Amino acid sequence: MQLVNRFALGLTFGFALIVGGCGKQEPPPAPKTEAPKPPPEVVVRIGSVAPLTGPQSHLGKDNDNGARLAVEEVNAQGWVLNGAKVRFELLSEDDQADPKTGTIVAQKLVDNKVAAVIGHLNSGTTIPASKIYHDAGVAQISPSATNPKYTEQGYKGAFRVMANDVQQGKVLGEYAVGKLGAKRIAIIDDRSAYGQGLADEFEKAAKAAGAAVVGREYTTDRATDFRAILTSIKAKKPDLVFYGGMDAQAGPMVAQLKTLGLKARYLGGDGVQTAEFIKLAGPAREGVIASSPGLPLDKMPGGKGFTEKFTAKYGQIQIYAPYAYDATMTLIEAMKNANSTDPAKFIPVLARISRQGVTGPIAFDEKGDLRNGPITLYHAKESKWEPLETVGGEAAPAVGAPAGAACCPPAKSGGEAAPAVAAPAGTPAATGEKAPAAAPAPAAPEKK
Amino acid sequence: MDIFLQQLINGVVLGAIYALVALGYTMVYGILGLINFAHGEVVMIGALTALSVIQFLVASGVPLPGPVVVALGLAAAIPVCMMLGFTIERVAYRPLRHAPRLTPLITAIGVSILLQNAAMIVWGRQYISFPALLPVTSHSIAGATVTDQQIFIVLLAAAVMAALVYVVHRTRLGRAMRATAQNPAVAGLMGVNVNTVISITFIVGSALAAVAGVLVAAYYGIAHYFMGFMLGLKAFTAAVLGGIGNLAGAMLGGLLLGVIESLGAGYISDLSGGLLGKYFPDTFPMFVNGGFLGSHYQDVFAFFVLILVLVFRPSGLLGEQGAERA
Repeated sequence: MQLVNRFALGLTFGFALIVGGCGKQEPPPAPKTEAPKPPPEVVVRIGSVAPLTGPQSHLGKDNDNGARLAVEEVNAQGWVLNGAKVRFELLSEDDQADPKTGTIVAQKLVDNKVAAVIGHLNSGTTIPASKIYHDAGVAQISPSATNPKYTEQGYKGAFRVMANDVQQGKVLGEYAVGKLGAKRIAIIDDRSAYGQGLADEFEKAAKAAGAAVVGREYTTDRATDFRAILTSIKAKKPDLVFYGGMDAQAGPMVAQLKTLGLKARYLGGDGVQTAEFIKLAGPAREGVIASSPGLPLDKMPGGKGFTEKFTAKYGQIQIYAPYAYDATMTLIEAMKNANSTDPAKFIPVLARISRQGVTGPIAFDEKGDLRNGPITLYHAKESKWEPLETVGGEAAPAVGAPAGAACCPPAKSGGEAAPAVAAPAGTPAATGEKAPAAAPAPAAPEKK
Repeated sequence: MDIFLQQLINGVVLGAIYALVALGYTMVYGILGLINFAHGEVVMIGALTALSVIQFLVASGVPLPGPVVVALGLAAAIPVCMMLGFTIERVAYRPLRHAPRLTPLITAIGVSILLQNAAMIVWGRQYISFPALLPVTSHSIAGATVTDQQIFIVLLAAAVMAALVYVVHRTRLGRAMRATAQNPAVAGLMGVNVNTVISITFIVGSALAAVAGVLVAAYYGIAHYFMGFMLGLKAFTAAVLGGIGNLAGAMLGGLLLGVIESLGAGYISDLSGGLLGKYFPDTFPMFVNGGFLGSHYQDVFAFFVLILVLVFRPSGLLGEQGAERA
């Protein structure tokens, strides 16, 4: 076993050396030696950055494969620009979900003259790296970073294909008051950029919708004991507790909330809507509601076709692969529309693009955020996240969609009906309404 | 009132956990005058070892009742921690016994970092969920809830402390420990095997750490490689608060610290956001939403108390003059 491993390691290193060597020696416009065809070939480099090692590596690899699938498809189709065949080359980098490493690999990509970057996965790495890309005039599309700051810096070339935390907080606030009928709300956040931002947006939306915020408590992203703040919250008799933070805290928190006899509904964002939360919360998870940007995989317009293509090549989809695929496809379409692979030329086109992607329609607002990005609410039921309904995502916001009558999860029994996802009429791929009921929610993000 | 009572209960349980860990610090300090900063990490190793065994038992599908599975996990964790404690003392502290006081302190921190990183390699970085095997039955007392688990934790901490006090004051081994604490050289001349006594102290302390680790993981339902760090710091604070080296002091310090933290975190938001922010929004604009000095300062209370104690009563509330320190 050991021997095999060593052998494999050696092979990998050897291969990496060869590939690395080739990559460095090959000047971008040079024709490839083994393809001595008459039409000259132009190599356009696209960076792909995600954590490829460490605890989030399964998510990172997923993103990377999504981008790779798109690049391979486009290369297979072929595209001729100014008489030269364009071949896209994907340069994958590992940022280890670490902001410092993120900036180092960003600089490396810029030095390698990439035209654009698909990434990063985490907000924490995306934001510092975006400055480097901006300074170098490189386009950047993040498939999964949701922190609003990323697009608030005024960088012309920074985009994302997923709804951000402002949009998510707003949807959650309106859902809590409108659908769940919450009147007295207590809010807890973990004082991280993500948790605090989400909680603030939630508070604004909930207040605007007419609910009273009766308590605002804080914890840290290292804490495990929440009994003191939960007891303090219990005294204020809320009917809903919102948590802006990650699953590692939300899990024990929900369990402690239950043992304290606090009978309030528990609501969270995408940091809570994870498979990890289901494990950590134990039986207390039942009935917890949390949101996540995007549609459930089986509700995506192109979800079925993408799943087939992707799983045939790379195996199971974790979560963000369709977004990475869409980000790459959108980028390349902008290049084609602009008839140029020069960021200065295709970025303005990218900003105005409007196309149907696998995950839904893709168009950006003036900041580079996804216009009307969908947000899906899930509830924990029988140790799984089941989609409840989707807000936004199409031209007309689907807040008051007909299926919304089944708003309260406990009222639904068994799972006899399809989840009340408010798929607006006319969605092309709203196929198999019944089948998805049993399908598990897509694997969830771990840390954003 | 029921809310205040609930906060008090929360605090006492939290304090009992601190006390259980603090006993380990205090035992070692009482005899060696050394602060064993690696103690928190021993707690962590105990929790994670038990967790691995429990996960294995659950996965193997052997139909055992939950408490038995946890007990088996604990039974595996205790010898592992004992061996670890013995090894730490043998490798990291004994060669430095006659070195200046600062040297073993630095080694202690080094051992702590070493253990944390080793655990990270073995168990990974992620939070691991502790299966909910123990039944959680809640009792209601005047509007406040107490679970069986919480009662068990407090009783166990009290029992362990009582047992330690008995051992130290009433047994031959205890007499040897006290003699070693007073003067190792003379104790050696009187036929006490000083090395054995010190080793036993570490072994007993580490066994306690294993118990504390399993309790903490089961109580919070979560464990990870970093869990020993904060717990160790808090427990150390508790030991200093009560008077380090003093077994009863560790218990008192732990309970006090737990209650202070619980009440502080429970009421600071009402005070800063609700009172100052509400009635003096112009004078204290930063207090308006409570974010400036809110309940996330829970950990700060512990260290604030530590500073106060060190300034005004450096030897702790009960003093260092416990019998062990004589």
